[in-house]
Amino acid sequence: MRYALLIYQAEEVVENLSATERKRAVAVHRKMQTQAKANGAFILTTQLMPSSAATTVRGRQGKLTILDGPFAETKELLVGFYLLDCKTLAEAITYAQSLPHLDTGCIEIRPVSYYDDRAKK
Amino acid sequence: MDALAATLKAAYPRALATLVRLLQDIDAAEDGLQEAITRALEVWPGEGIPSNPVAWLVTTGRNKAIDLLRRHKLEVRHRESLAAMVNNQPPDSQVSEAMFRQYFDDDLLRLIFTCCHPALTQEEQIALTLRTVAGLTVPEVARGFLVPPKTLEQRLTRAKRKIRVELIPYAVPTAAQLPARLTAVLAVVYLLFNEGYSASSSPELIRTEFCNEAIRLARMLSRLFRAEAEVTGLLALLLLQHARHRARMDRAGNIVPLDEQNRTLWDHSLIAEGRALVEKALRQKRPGPYQIQAAIAAVHSEAVRAEDTDWAQIAELYRVLGRYQPSPVVTLNRAVAVAKVQGAKAGIALLRTIKNAPEIRRYHHFHAALAALLAEVNQPCGAIAAYEKALSLTQNPSERAFIRRKISSLK
Repeated sequence: MRYALLIYQAEEVVENLSATERKRAVAVHRKMQTQAKANGAFILTTQLMPSSAATTVRGRQGKLTILDGPFAETKELLVGFYLLDCKTLAEAITYAQSLPHLDTGCIEIRPVSYYDDRAKK
Repeated sequence: MDALAATLKAAYPRALATLVRLLQDIDAAEDGLQEAITRALEVWPGEGIPSNPVAWLVTTGRNKAIDLLRRHKLEVRHRESLAAMVNNQPPDSQVSEAMFRQYFDDDLLRLIFTCCHPALTQEEQIALTLRTVAGLTVPEVARGFLVPPKTLEQRLTRAKRKIRVELIPYAVPTAAQLPARLTAVLAVVYLLFNEGYSASSSPELIRTEFCNEAIRLARMLSRLFRAEAEVTGLLALLLLQHARHRARMDRAGNIVPLDEQNRTLWDHSLIAEGRALVEKALRQKRPGPYQIQAAIAAVHSEAVRAEDTDWAQIAELYRVLGRYQPSPVVTLNRAVAVAKVQGAKAGIALLRTIKNAPEIRRYHHFHAALAALLAEVNQPCGAIAAYEKALSLTQNPSERAFIRRKISSLK
């Protein structure tokens, strides 16, 4: 089963990490990625730019609205995600637990229902 | 422990802003919040970080402030407002996350507009913004300004007294006032960045802390004003300029001009973010000086080598910038770009149009730019004279070293 690990975090907290702490967090991610690759679970990962760079597009009755900002105005925003191929939910939880976001944010684990990574020929 | 520190620093501005509104006094709010932070450092490591750290700090800070007031028997009006506040506050559990967010953001906006009020001098605005909105300590702010902490303390006291005595409204400006007042707020953040970027008298040319604080404030503003293109533009500008900071100085501590920088040292993730923001802001079709300057920085960032720079586009952007912000300094920058496209003579001609402007005559960058162009058209004597003029106008050691090198290469 493929799982998306959606990482939610208050952006201010990320911005206020010291340079050392930031490096340490990156190292923790790298370690998890190495582990997931060795286990054949790794598919892809991304880190998103802060929500100031976000644009939200909506259509209502054929009318397009473009909003400057993220979809939700909540404190914790989507900052990045992983796609992993895990045998069990427990395995996906283990990967999530190894990431450095659980103290100050949260990770939503969602099984993937449709997946296509074939690039156009 | 570091996640805890980051959480506290992130929560500081909103918690302080709400406490200022509740207590109507910056000093009382700061004292209460300081005590709340001390308590958080004792309690959070064991109990975990609360789900809403700002609410926790406000509740604890409010109680601590009441304790302090009781102990010190402060003025009656404080006690009255505190009593009213305590009676009128709903328990935190009844307030939804979304309501809390809105409420804290409004408080933060009020605090920012108070700190950047036009009745305060620019120095007071920056100092007060750094102390209250950014939450820097007095010694940290003092170090940035290169003054003893005591001097800074006096400056802050004077600013706070002005707020009290002149009854500076603790409020978000009305919709009609907002554009002008927001301009002042953006100017404070930009000045702060510049203070860090080209510290006028500091031997250390770039004071990164000030740059980082300015970027942090710009990020905060861009979250509070999602739809304001100039706010996005300012953030983009700061990111694109800061992206070059590692390339701006060599090992010996000398400044390296843009065309001689090792571009592999540029921070490409900051550049990518800055460019995404410029594009997003310009799409709104409400251009302004920060967006245009950001666009100029973005054009520079696109050139892999200095000689790949699209100077024609930069010259055009400076021409547009001159319409929004007419100033001899903009003309100076435009002249440098024009010289690259049409030749040094065209650049010199443009420089001659501003040579008598008072703010230009004592601006060493003008004389250095003129000198470089004169050297290009084989006028070494004129070039040396202009470089010497530039040398007499800057105290910055690394800039002086740069100019001296140019002079000796012409002799």
